[in-house]
Amino acid sequence: MSFMSKPTVRHPKLPVNDIGLTVRDYEGGMSTLCAGCGHDSVTGALVQAAFELSIPTHRFAKLSGIGCSSKTPAYFLRDSHGFNSTHGRMPSVATGANSANRDLYYIGVSGDGDSLSIGMGQFVHAIRRNINMLYLIENNGVYGLTKGQFSAAADKGSKAKKGETNLQPPIDPCQTAITLGATFVARGFSGDKDQLVPLLKAGMKHRGFGLIDIISPCVTFNDHEGSTKSYAYTREHFNLAIAANFVPPVEEITAKYEEGTSMPVKLHDGSTIVLRKIDQDFDPMDRISALRNLQENAEAGEVTTGLLYIDESQPEMHEVDNTTKTPLVDLDYSQVCPGNDTLQKIQSRYR
Amino acid sequence: MRPTDTSNPDYFHKVVDCQYACPAHTDVPGYIRLIAQGRFTDAYMLNRKANVFPGILGRVCDRPCEPACRRGRIEDNPVAICRLKRVAADNRDDISALLPKPGPGNGKKVALLGAGCASLAVANDLAPLGYELTIFEKLDVAGGLMRSNIPSFRLPVEVLDEEIQMILDMGAELKTGHPIESMKDLLEQDFDAVFVGTGAPRGKELNLPGRQEAAANVFIGIDWLESVAFEHTESIGKRVLIIGVGNTAMDCCRTSLRLGADEVKVMARKPRAFFKASDWELEDAEEENIDIIVNHSPKEFVVKNGKLTGMVFELMEYDVDNNGKITDQHVTGETTISCDDVILAIGQDNAFPWVENDIGIEFDKWEVPVVDEMTFQSTREGVFFGGDAAFGPKNIIWAVEHSHQAAISIHKYCQGEDINQRLPDGQTLDSAKMGIHEWSYSNTYDGSERTLVPHVSLTERFKQLDIEVELGFSPELAAEEVERCLNCDIQTVFTANLCIECDACVDVCPVDCLTITENGDEADLRTRLTAPAENLAQDLYVSAELPQTKRVMVKDEDVCVHCGLCAERCPTAAWDMQKFTLHHPHTRDEADTPPARDVA
Repeated sequence: MSFMSKPTVRHPKLPVNDIGLTVRDYEGGMSTLCAGCGHDSVTGALVQAAFELSIPTHRFAKLSGIGCSSKTPAYFLRDSHGFNSTHGRMPSVATGANSANRDLYYIGVSGDGDSLSIGMGQFVHAIRRNINMLYLIENNGVYGLTKGQFSAAADKGSKAKKGETNLQPPIDPCQTAITLGATFVARGFSGDKDQLVPLLKAGMKHRGFGLIDIISPCVTFNDHEGSTKSYAYTREHFNLAIAANFVPPVEEITAKYEEGTSMPVKLHDGSTIVLRKIDQDFDPMDRISALRNLQENAEAGEVTTGLLYIDESQPEMHEVDNTTKTPLVDLDYSQVCPGNDTLQKIQSRYR
Repeated sequence: MRPTDTSNPDYFHKVVDCQYACPAHTDVPGYIRLIAQGRFTDAYMLNRKANVFPGILGRVCDRPCEPACRRGRIEDNPVAICRLKRVAADNRDDISALLPKPGPGNGKKVALLGAGCASLAVANDLAPLGYELTIFEKLDVAGGLMRSNIPSFRLPVEVLDEEIQMILDMGAELKTGHPIESMKDLLEQDFDAVFVGTGAPRGKELNLPGRQEAAANVFIGIDWLESVAFEHTESIGKRVLIIGVGNTAMDCCRTSLRLGADEVKVMARKPRAFFKASDWELEDAEEENIDIIVNHSPKEFVVKNGKLTGMVFELMEYDVDNNGKITDQHVTGETTISCDDVILAIGQDNAFPWVENDIGIEFDKWEVPVVDEMTFQSTREGVFFGGDAAFGPKNIIWAVEHSHQAAISIHKYCQGEDINQRLPDGQTLDSAKMGIHEWSYSNTYDGSERTLVPHVSLTERFKQLDIEVELGFSPELAAEEVERCLNCDIQTVFTANLCIECDACVDVCPVDCLTITENGDEADLRTRLTAPAENLAQDLYVSAELPQTKRVMVKDEDVCVHCGLCAERCPTAAWDMQKFTLHHPHTRDEADTPPARDVA
C-alpha cells in the first residue's frame, strides 16, 4: 500500500465527458491494496466506464462485502453512495437498496471467497430475483487477505505459492449464473481494459442482473508459475469468445456487420451492445449453447472471456413484483406512510 | 518507435527542462533540494560550479529556466528559480575555504580583454590550473556591463564586488584603466592565448530629423546608464521618453524615476506581444507607474529655440497572421509627445575598432567576429571570443557558458591538444528508493501558488538610487517555494523485461502520462495515449517490447510531476525513480582526463 495520496493535480488537457467531468472526478481514495493488484485495474476500468457513460457520480451506489475486492469501492466514485456490508451479505443489502430506490446504478463488488463460499446462498438468490445491478466478482482464486489459501474458484491442479496442489473442482460463477437464469453474464480480465471497459458499460446499462466474472490476479499470493490465475497464465490461455462493443443511444452504428457473426442487441435505454463472434460455436443468445461451450472450453483449459450470455427480455425484480415506479425517497410522506385509517383497512382484510 | 535510448545523457537531460534551458546547465532541482534542506552554502557552491555568479544571477539573470519550467505547463506560473538562487547566495556561510585555490604556475600566459562576466568566468576556470592571467579593462573598475549597465537598485555593488573578488583572489591580475588600442600590438606580446570578452559596447543610434539639434537632450541608453553608475550623471528632465522596449529600456526608465523624472514613457513601435523585455522586468517597471505606449514609431525630434521639446511619432497598425507574425504594417496618423529628454534603448552592436583587419581575425558583414560555435576560437589560432563579443548581445548566463567552453579550448590550445576533441556530456543515475514507500526526495505534489518576492514600498524605494527594490525571499518564504519544484531530475526509469502489464502505473498516474499500447510511429502513438500528447517539444519515452503481450510502455514526458507513484505502485520495480546527474565537463575535467590516444 502507499501512504501518500494521489495528488489532485491533473493533466491540463484532460478530456471532459458530456456532463463536463474529467475521468479524475470518477476516482476515489488511494488504494491500500498490494502494488500490482488486479483489483486496482478493475477499479481503473470502472472509473473509465462510468466516465465514458457520463453518469453523474451521485447516481451510483457501490456495495460490497468483505475481502480484498470488497475494499475497492473506496477507490472509485468518491461522490457516490456506498455500503460495505458483512461477509457475503452484499446481495441482501443490494436487494434492499434497489427495492427502495430503483433509479440508481448499483455496482456490487465481490470476490471469489465472498460470493462463492460464504455468500454463495446470497449470490444465487440475487440472480434468481434478477435484481437490476452490476455484480462484479474480482476472481483471483485465493484468499488474499488471509495469506493465499485456495478459494472455491481455484482450478483443480493449480498450485499454491508454497507448492500445494488444489484437489477440488472450481465453481465457475458464469456457468452457475447462466444456470440460474441470469440475464447478462460476461467474463473479463483485469489486464485487458480494452475488453473490460465496454463490458462494464454494457453491464451498467443492462436492465436486470449483470454478472461480470473478472480474472484479477493476486500479485502477492497467486501470480507464480503453476497458478492458473496469474497474469502470464491468463494471457496465454485467454480465449475471447464474444467481443462486445457498447454503443450509446446517441451514436449511430456505422460499421457493417456480417449476419451470423455480428449482432446488435438493443438495451432498454436505447443504447446498443454490438456483439461480435470470435468463437463461431458460441451463441450468446442461447443459454444451452453458451453453457455447453463454456464447459467444453473449460475442459480444454481455456479461460473463455467476453459477453457469454445476454437476454434482454426478462423482467427485473421491480417488474415482477409490480412495485411503484417512483423511488421511495421521491414519494410524498402520505404515500409512504398513508396513516392509521389505511393501516386499519389493511388489517381488517386479515381478520 | 524504437525504444528510447536513455544511455544518451541528452534524453534525461531534456526532461529536466530548467537545466536543459540553462545555457550553463545549472543543476536547478539539485540546488533547490539543498535549499529545502537549509544547506545554503552547498546550494551556492553547486550553482557556482555551473554559473560562477550565483549572487549576481540570482538577481539579474535572464532566467531561460523559468519559461521552460514544467510547473508552468501544469499551472500558470513556474517555480521562482531565480529568486531561490538568490536565497542561497544571501544565506550562505563564508565559502572562502571551498573556493578553488590558485594552481601552481604552469608557465602559460593568457590575456583576457574586458573585465566583464565573460573574461572573469574564463579566469575562474583557468586560474586554478596555474595559468598566468592578465585581465585588461579600459574602465577603472571591473564588472563590465554588470556594473555599468545594471542599475544598483537591481544589483547592489557589494554583491558584484564580492563575486568578482572571489575570482581575482584565485590569482588573476586585473589591469584597470588599460584599454587595448591595438590587437596587433597585443598579439606581439608574450601571451600564449588571447580571450576577447569585451561585450557589445556600442548602443544603437537613431538618425531621425532633429537628432543633431537635440543632441544635448538625447542619450544612448547604455552610455547613459554607465554615466549614472559612475555618478557622472545625477539628474534628468521631468518628462522623459525612452525609445525601445527591451531590458535596457526598463533599466533606463526606472533609473530616470530615481534621478528626478516624474513622467516617464516607454515608447514601443509594436504591440506588447513583440516586446523584447522580459515579462518580469516589464512588471517591475509598471509597478513603478511607468507608461508603456505601444504602436508608436519615432519619426522626428522636435526642437524649438535650440532645445528639444518633444518627439513626433507615427501611429502604427499591424496585420498579424495566425502564427502571431506581423505580415503588414500601416501608418494611421501622427502625434507629438512633449518631453525634456529622450533616451535611446533600441539595441547594441559589437565594436572592434581596435582589431586590425590584417591579422587573420575575420568579421562577417554585421561586423561580428567569425567564431567557432563549439570552440569559440576566431579565425586566428589562439584568439578566442566569448560573451556578447562572440555572437552579439545575449546575457550573462550565456556569456558564462561561452567562457566555460572557451576556457576548455584555451587550455587545450596551450597544452598542445586538439581543441575539437572534447569530453562529451555524461550522466549518472542513482535509485532514489530508500524503503518500500520512502524516496530520497520530497515527492508529494504541493499545489501552492508561486510565492511572491517582497518589494521595498513605492514610497521608500526612490529615496536613493541604490536601494535594492527586491528584498529576496526569507528562508521561510523560500521553504514554501522550494516545495513547488517537481524534482524533474528524479527520473522515471523503466525496465521493460520486468513489467507484468498489471496497469497499476497507468491507473495511478495523476497526470495520465502513461499508456501501454501497440507500438507505432510517433505521430500515430501520440493520438493513442491516455491523455492528449500535443506538446511536440516534449519527448515520448518508449520501452522495448513488453514480455507478455509484446505491446510497449509509452510515457509522455510533458506534464509528469515526478511524484513517483508509478514506481511506488509497481509490483516488480519495472519503474524506478532515479536521480539523474549531468556531467557537463569544464576545464578542470578536461585537465583531469588524459587526452584519448588516436586508435588507428
